Amino acid sequence: MSTFWSWYVIVLTVLSVIGIWWLIRWTSKPIPKEEGGTTHHVWDEDLEEYNNPLPRWWLNMFYISIVFSIGYLLLYPGLGNFAGLLGWSSSGQYQREVDRAEAIYAEIFERFAAVPIPELARDAQAMRAGHNLYMNNCAMCHGSDARGALSFPNLANNDWLWGGTPEALVHSIALGRNGVMPGWGAPLGEDGVAAVTEFTLKLAGRDHDAELAAAGESSYNMFCVACHGPEGRGNPALGAPNLTNDIWLHGGSRTRIAHIIREGVMNEMPAQGHLLGDDRVHVLAAYVYALNLED
Amino acid sequence: MSTSETYHDKVVRQFAIMTVVWGVVGMLVGVIIAAQLLWPALNFDIAWLTYGRLRPLHTNAVIFAFGGSGLFATSYYIVQRTCHAKLFAPKLAAFTFWGWQAVIVAAAITLPLGITQGKEYAELEWPIAILIAVVWIAYAVVFFGTIAQRRVKHIYVANWFFAAYILTIAVLHIVNNLVIPVGLWKSYSIYSGVVDAMVQWWYGHNAVGFFLTAGFLGMMYYFVPKQAQRPIYSYRLSVIHFWALISLYMWAGPHHLHYTTLPDWVQSLGMVFSLMLLAPSWGGMINGIMTLSGAWHKLRTDPILKFLIVSLSFYGMSTFEGPMMSIKTVNALSHYTDWTVGHVHSGALGWVGFITIGSLYALIPRLYGLKQMYSVKLMDWHFWIATIGIVLYIAAMWMAGVMQGLMWRAVNEDGTLTYTFIESIAATYPYYAVRLLGGVLYLSGMLIMVYNVWKTIAQRDAVAVNAPVIKTVAA
Repeated sequence: MSTFWSWYVIVLTVLSVIGIWWLIRWTSKPIPKEEGGTTHHVWDEDLEEYNNPLPRWWLNMFYISIVFSIGYLLLYPGLGNFAGLLGWSSSGQYQREVDRAEAIYAEIFERFAAVPIPELARDAQAMRAGHNLYMNNCAMCHGSDARGALSFPNLANNDWLWGGTPEALVHSIALGRNGVMPGWGAPLGEDGVAAVTEFTLKLAGRDHDAELAAAGESSYNMFCVACHGPEGRGNPALGAPNLTNDIWLHGGSRTRIAHIIREGVMNEMPAQGHLLGDDRVHVLAAYVYALNLED
Repeated sequence: MSTSETYHDKVVRQFAIMTVVWGVVGMLVGVIIAAQLLWPALNFDIAWLTYGRLRPLHTNAVIFAFGGSGLFATSYYIVQRTCHAKLFAPKLAAFTFWGWQAVIVAAAITLPLGITQGKEYAELEWPIAILIAVVWIAYAVVFFGTIAQRRVKHIYVANWFFAAYILTIAVLHIVNNLVIPVGLWKSYSIYSGVVDAMVQWWYGHNAVGFFLTAGFLGMMYYFVPKQAQRPIYSYRLSVIHFWALISLYMWAGPHHLHYTTLPDWVQSLGMVFSLMLLAPSWGGMINGIMTLSGAWHKLRTDPILKFLIVSLSFYGMSTFEGPMMSIKTVNALSHYTDWTVGHVHSGALGWVGFITIGSLYALIPRLYGLKQMYSVKLMDWHFWIATIGIVLYIAAMWMAGVMQGLMWRAVNEDGTLTYTFIESIAATYPYYAVRLLGGVLYLSGMLIMVYNVWKTIAQRDAVAVNAPVIKTVAA
């Protein structure tokens, strides 16, 4: 704020408070001998006014609120650029609260972070913390049972777009992932899309039109093989899904599959590392790891 | 003494009747969305009936259709009686009636269609916003023109409040609706980011301060002394609480944006000016309630006075609660919870609703040349059913709000949050049920009112007459 606007705020605020103070003093002056009688104004036949003195308790309440406000504006920011005698700021308060919390809780998570993820996944205390972190940070997309929803991956079925190793899980949570499947409608044409769709269904071991699938195979080998691989098993380095296990993140109907081949699809897992910090990401990775343990 | 001159009461009658009609509509929509919170399937998967679209319809209908029509009716009635003069430019007054009804109908169509500016209490898109501005300026011409023609030197206190409300709402509405249209039903605000938020809540809180407070205080200052047959308690209390109220309210908006990216100094100013508002607000309550001193026995027999006095009590309660909620540390708990909803409704159902209902019960028979409503007993029933409804509503929302605030900040021994957001919603369900019951009771009271008003007007001796202008008694 420039000096001009700072003084503008200060002058306007001070004048308002002084104005209110003056108004109270002016109206609470004793008026000689009018108590009991009316002001002698009459409207609409019978509307009149007494002029009783202002209730003492009410005046005191008014004064107290003004004195409190003046004190507050001296101690806290309010008068333009004047930061207040206490040097308080909302961001400072936030930082202090975070620091205080970290002083208590950081040590717990540091302890968890020192344990390798496969081992931490069997630590009940760590998994309770992981569950709470999961429910407040992940469940809104991946579901409270971690089984996902349309376009939100199931985290409990041991199928991984980007890999299920501890390192891959930490990466996915901390840095996020961006999945991109380009649309192939233009080069393939409608017939080509239909053919590749049938071939995709064949890869998944589902009912398909054998003739069309055979026609689609060469297109698959030209356009799709680079990411999804010659056998359709995908590539976790690119986030390319396995097409053979009948798990369909964006819907598995014939129409949906054709749609995605034609239009492509983009999907994002937002990065959480800057919000949660490395230690809590470690616990969350262990929690997701634990969801996929056999026993 | 030319006795042939009469007040222009047709427009008052029109607005008074529409107040009752829109009250039922607005409160019915409120009951529907309260039920949707309990049973989400009640939107029937129809976009027009979803909560997000009906909620602004509810707020617009109760504030601007019910409250607004009530303010038009009473201000036109009061300004004539207390100026001892007919309405200035009666044709323009008739235009404000039809214009305002057109605004309401346009709102009722566009909001369910999802056409909105997305600003709370300022949702209506620019063509409707322009119509509002035109109607409002016409309203100002009629009101101030009548004041200018007054036959008494002193301007009655009710008119101070109506004047402040009419002037300020014009400024607030126009400044907050400065937009660049990009189509017939789409526009973008000329403000951006936190400035947009601040302008919106400068508007939003002053809509509370000037529309829902100053305007209804004008109503109060006429109907309370009239009904109690007692002089106003204190002229200088009127003076001080009027000037303090209108000058301090202007600053209070930032308390809607505590702990946001709004600079700290603005938040602090919003908080301290909200605290200083407590005394001026209570000034109005004291002046109203103390006017009844010496006539307390009338409360036993007169349901209209019951409505008026209880409305002042709710006014006192919510204007105490408001400054408390504006304190940053309290706000850190209450913000974003149903406590806010409870606070708003103790003001809306208790203060605005009851002062309007009480005033209409006094006004409507007079507009039809009658002494009293068709049934005093039904007014009494209305009073008690609605009062119980309010108490259930706000008690449920207080408990729900404090519970939500505490659940959101609860942490485990490892520092993780104890509850998820959805758990706090699930825990709120019983309170949503009680709130719905409260709303149904309040709506039932309005339906009783509809019946009573209908029977009053349908009586054989009910005639829509324009009362003769009363000559001034004293200078």
